[in-house]
Amino acid sequence: MSRFLLPISNIFHHSCLYLVRALAFGAFALALSFPTCGATTEMARPAIRFGVTPAIVHDQYGILDLWRAYLERKLQRRVEFVSRDSYRDTIDLIKEKKLDFAWVSTYPYVYLEYRHYARLLATPLYRGRPYYRAYFIVPSSDTQSTSLLQLEGKVFAYADLYSNTGYLVPRYFIHQAGKDENRFFSKTFFTWSHRKVVMAVAEGLADGGSIDSFVWDTLAVIQPDLTKNTRIIGKSEEFGFPPIVVNSAVSKRDASAMRNALIDMVNDPEGQALLRQLNIDGFIAGTPKLYANVARLQRAFGER
Amino acid sequence: MRLFDLSFSVKLPVLGAVLIIISALGVSSTQMIATYAALKEDLRVNSETLSRALAPTLLQDMLHDDLWHAFETVSAPTRKPPGSTQAKAETLLVVDKALNIFVSSHPRTAPVLVALSSLGRDYAALGEQITQAPRKDAYTVELPASNHLYVLTPIADDQVRFGTLIIVIDKNLFLPRFYAIAGYGLLAALLVLILLLPINWHWGRRMALPLTQLTERMGEIGKRLPASLDPELYNYGDELGRLFSVYNQMLAELHTRAEMEKQIIQSERLAALGQLAASMAHEINNPLGGMLTAIDTLKCHTALDPQTRKTIDLIERGLSQIKETVGALLVEARLKSRHLNSQDIEDMLTLIMPQAHKKNLHVELYNGLNAELNVPATLIRQILINLLLNAVEATLPQGTIDCYITPENGVLYMRVTNDGKLPSHEQITHLFEPFFSLNDGGHGLGLWVTYQIVNQLGGKIMATRESELMKFTLEIPIEASA
Repeated sequence: MSRFLLPISNIFHHSCLYLVRALAFGAFALALSFPTCGATTEMARPAIRFGVTPAIVHDQYGILDLWRAYLERKLQRRVEFVSRDSYRDTIDLIKEKKLDFAWVSTYPYVYLEYRHYARLLATPLYRGRPYYRAYFIVPSSDTQSTSLLQLEGKVFAYADLYSNTGYLVPRYFIHQAGKDENRFFSKTFFTWSHRKVVMAVAEGLADGGSIDSFVWDTLAVIQPDLTKNTRIIGKSEEFGFPPIVVNSAVSKRDASAMRNALIDMVNDPEGQALLRQLNIDGFIAGTPKLYANVARLQRAFGER
Repeated sequence: MRLFDLSFSVKLPVLGAVLIIISALGVSSTQMIATYAALKEDLRVNSETLSRALAPTLLQDMLHDDLWHAFETVSAPTRKPPGSTQAKAETLLVVDKALNIFVSSHPRTAPVLVALSSLGRDYAALGEQITQAPRKDAYTVELPASNHLYVLTPIADDQVRFGTLIIVIDKNLFLPRFYAIAGYGLLAALLVLILLLPINWHWGRRMALPLTQLTERMGEIGKRLPASLDPELYNYGDELGRLFSVYNQMLAELHTRAEMEKQIIQSERLAALGQLAASMAHEINNPLGGMLTAIDTLKCHTALDPQTRKTIDLIERGLSQIKETVGALLVEARLKSRHLNSQDIEDMLTLIMPQAHKKNLHVELYNGLNAELNVPATLIRQILINLLLNAVEATLPQGTIDCYITPENGVLYMRVTNDGKLPSHEQITHLFEPFFSLNDGGHGLGLWVTYQIVNQLGGKIMATRESELMKFTLEIPIEASA
């Protein structure tokens, strides 16, 4: 796969819940306001550039700004959040060493790790575990289907060409069943967001879709009207949760400082509040083994 | 009863009300029809504008096969904008060249990839229209027996047509707005009605009331003379106002004529009575004279025993009484008499004053005579004394008698007025008849004699009652001096 990449977790790619541009400008403006207040030598150093894609939680800008301020205090360094709307851009920024850290989806992580552009820094814990999976959903009006394989010849919604759970996983599932994943559905389309996959299926535009379990579970809480019009007919195996990566060019000292800051979040009330708002339970160091099965999927399509 | 037989007092207000209601409804419904047409045209124009705006975006989506973006594009106009009660369109569909659905705003009813013709009769007809008569710009199709308008817009670049955008609009989409506007219209019409109907009702009654009264009064003519109409009831110069004054004029003339007829009848009756009395008096007087002479002869030339003499005297007194009575009936005004002068009038007053004083009456005299008049003094004195004594008799103590005498326009005008005991209108018509007396004492010949004298003098006498006064008016012609 030649165009291979993605910014931070695909989980967080939900246009109607975030303000991409506002966030980018906001983060940039805040970052600019800090150089003057750096009293220590650490603060005098160039700002850490942290790549993010908007998260699913409401009031995105406020959370990310609080998180950025939190990290600045912990690291005693200026932190700049860089938000990009497309996976491709984030990957390119890492390749060009314009980002020191980034929260990316599993698929781009594997890509970046394999090519040594970046390393795994930390893995979020969701419901206490560093895993997520794909849900295969159909409209709730479809009461018959019990498996993705029954949707042959139907219209199917993918999230993103570079999404693991929103593209790679369902195609692998079909592939494993001995079908041609390129001709299995009569028509497929991309919504460029997991949340919009739910909308497309709920509205009946698509007869089925594949979606990140973290997104669906969160939507089921914050927007139950949307998810109640869909029904889960299958769940994939578990994959490592979209991780935080560190650019290969970042020093080990800086990397471990960031990792410690993230892992320590769970230990103070302010960090806990931020984690609650991000709808995760904390960070662990993680290991590339968590993502081995993603790599396997990619290999299956000869994309590695 | 037919509608037009109804009274004007009902008909005028009702007809007015009907006309006002028809006008109000007419204006309102014209306005509603115009509004309906304008709203429908607005809807068509808006929808075609919308479709022209969407077509280029949808062309890009078709070229890139971006179904999701196309869906977002077509579903936006079907959602109600904030603060609005209705969406711009009911459904939007995009069909490809093969007339299969590329995307629709309502995938449940119009799923992706299905044939347009499978969606129903209307859509099949639209499909035929698209293939048989393709057009370069947006246009609106109205199918028979359909509740929808369909705006068809080609999705094409300069050369190639990729598909067609179909915007489905509920024809009744603007009905809420229409109802709102119509509601205001009706409210205005209702206010006008509330304002105009009472005015109309009042005006109608106002017009009809004089007519009704006029009709009632006219209906009485023939049976009796109706009362006149109050001119204030309708004092305008139009036909109705003129009808009013003509009616009152006619009524006045009728009254005058009736009065004249009454007087003619009365004088004719009195004349007939006079003639009869005179003839009878002559017929009685002749044998009576003979009988009296015979008795006188008998008394003078025959010795009569006391019994017979007593009888003869009785007969003589009876005959004398007959003679007096008949003589009283037979008024002979052809006596030679001197001319009347002012002193004659004063004398008459002097004669009645003792009696007037007894009742403490107030007597007023206007004596307009300043020279002798060529009217017989004896007869006038007799007339005056009769009238004045009657007045004294009728007036209650402390009452007033007014006597007015003056020559004017060749007649001697006399008027005697008194208050007190007044005869009824019925009695007045018989006042001048012989033996008609209002009090027990009188013989009932005074006014008869007066009337006969006046009549023989060629004059007029009238007895009228005016409010609480009894009035005798006389006019005696003054003969030209010899």
